[in-house]
Amino acid sequence: MQALYAQLLVGLINGSFYALLSLGLAVIFGMLNIINFAHGALYMMGAFCAYFLLNIAGIGYWPALIIAPIAVGIFGMILERTMLQWLAGLDHLYGLLLTFGLALIIQGVFQNYFGSSGLPYAIPSELQGGMNLGFMFLPIYRGWVVVFSLVVCLATWFLIEKTRLGANLRAATENPTLVRAFGINVPRMITLTYGLGVGLAALAGVLSAPINQVRPLMGADLIIVVFAVVVIGGMGSIMGSIITGFALGVIEGLTKYFYPEASNTVVFVLMVLVLLLKPAGLTGRAA
Amino acid sequence: MSALTDDTLPVTPRAMRDEMLMFAAMAVLLGVVPLTGIYPFFVMQALCFALLACAFNLLIGYGGLLSFGHAMFLGTAGYCSAHALKVWGVTPELGIVIGTAGAAALSVVTGFISIRRQGIYFAMITLALSQLLYFIYLQAPFTHGEDGIQGIPQGYLFGIFNLSKPTVLYYVVLAGFLGGFLLIYRTINSPFGEVLKAIRENEPRAISLGYKTDQYKLLAFILSGTIAGFAGSLKVFVAQNASLTDVHWTMSGEIVLMTLVGGLGTVFGPVVGAFVIIAMQQYLAGFGQWVTVIQGVIFVACVLTFRRGIIGEIAHYFRRSL
Repeated sequence: MQALYAQLLVGLINGSFYALLSLGLAVIFGMLNIINFAHGALYMMGAFCAYFLLNIAGIGYWPALIIAPIAVGIFGMILERTMLQWLAGLDHLYGLLLTFGLALIIQGVFQNYFGSSGLPYAIPSELQGGMNLGFMFLPIYRGWVVVFSLVVCLATWFLIEKTRLGANLRAATENPTLVRAFGINVPRMITLTYGLGVGLAALAGVLSAPINQVRPLMGADLIIVVFAVVVIGGMGSIMGSIITGFALGVIEGLTKYFYPEASNTVVFVLMVLVLLLKPAGLTGRAA
Repeated sequence: MSALTDDTLPVTPRAMRDEMLMFAAMAVLLGVVPLTGIYPFFVMQALCFALLACAFNLLIGYGGLLSFGHAMFLGTAGYCSAHALKVWGVTPELGIVIGTAGAAALSVVTGFISIRRQGIYFAMITLALSQLLYFIYLQAPFTHGEDGIQGIPQGYLFGIFNLSKPTVLYYVVLAGFLGGFLLIYRTINSPFGEVLKAIRENEPRAISLGYKTDQYKLLAFILSGTIAGFAGSLKVFVAQNASLTDVHWTMSGEIVLMTLVGGLGTVFGPVVGAFVIIAMQQYLAGFGQWVTVIQGVIFVACVLTFRRGIIGEIAHYFRRSL
């Protein structure tokens, strides 16, 4: 039973990353009509940013949790201003191709300097050790990742669905021209949205640094799984992305316990099943 | 979908004549390669990728479907051919048939699943399916995992042509490439191809005209996957191995890049693009990971400034369809 709970916890953690990443993809797709293939590379940059802060500037985990997403978010906004904005009005496919190119560049540069092996990043002292919950041993850091990710996801949901800023954002998604006529600076909003989505990816990167080590290709395979998550959940609803992300993480964890050979593939197999049974995706609003 | 095709020209007798002349020039040029002293393995490899890119282009350029998983057909056909040739000891022609059939079967299944969604979702689904296959091949015993299937015998095609002679192999690969190319060209200019283009331009309208667009898309997907598989089977004889790199998503990305560089939706673009990218990889092989970075830069530069690709720009300049 211990092993089952441990795998469930690993599943929840992976689910947190799926949720944070697919949430960012959904937010970006809503505003920019672009599937951000560079999302995995930017997630990796978040982890590296935390690593650099610690090893070069001596800045620890807690400030990194704020600085890294902002730094990578600014980097993302520069990408949006200099490149992505020129794709407005073109076919969706060009956005995918451009961001795929960006992912190759970012990952290639990091691979040149850091190879393919992992760099260690220590768990902050406040979160070391574990708790005995009676039925299982809970490493505190892992519990923290799950709870914190959930809070961030819900905060993002609140921001977009319940605040005035979010209302403007949703309106601009529906009809940018009309929203501009109301005096709202839509291009700036698009840039900030991209920054927000990218920042969420970088935050996931910082959270995963102490668990998964910091590697140049840490986001490359993850992003493909996240794409499958997005296909399953659809990008129409923020809450849908969050729930699907966590649920698929848990299912993957369970698979690791019951049938480890399939743990790499279970999300893809589920995607196939969903496409066969409910072609429009679980939230049913997807194109 | 209009952005892909902002300057599509109607098929005129002149366009057909231009394309026929280009095809003849290409066939002659490629035919004299062994006499020039150019390293034939480079050209053979490029020809396999050129056919692969043409097959990919059939989907994106004429059907508007971006497949980000075409490496799965390359790899599957490669593994099927390699296994049949090495373990079962079949003849080369049978090996090609088995590899192509394997890719065809895969394209029926994956096509049925992936055409259920359009546009950007289609790209993500094909990518996810090819990743699924990658993990299956990684674990399946017959692929020998990371080692791949190596030392594949080349044998005698139809019992006559000795494929271990580079010149003979070259002309066999060239014949396969030209045959596949003509099949795609014929498809594009058939009534079926016209319906595909209609679906690319405006799917709801094609549906309202009574076309069962899903069937057309599925058939195009199967055709594309099968031809891609045929290219993969030919490649087994050139490289004499089948490995996981051929199924990896980076390979799918390279196929996309070749077509983009040459020109999406042009007849000859994928061929030119394949030669450019393969040549670049050869010359820059010593730069290690920088090749990936350069490929990324080409992607970005193409999308931002050069969306028509090499052949597309030339065709646009001369107001011809190539």
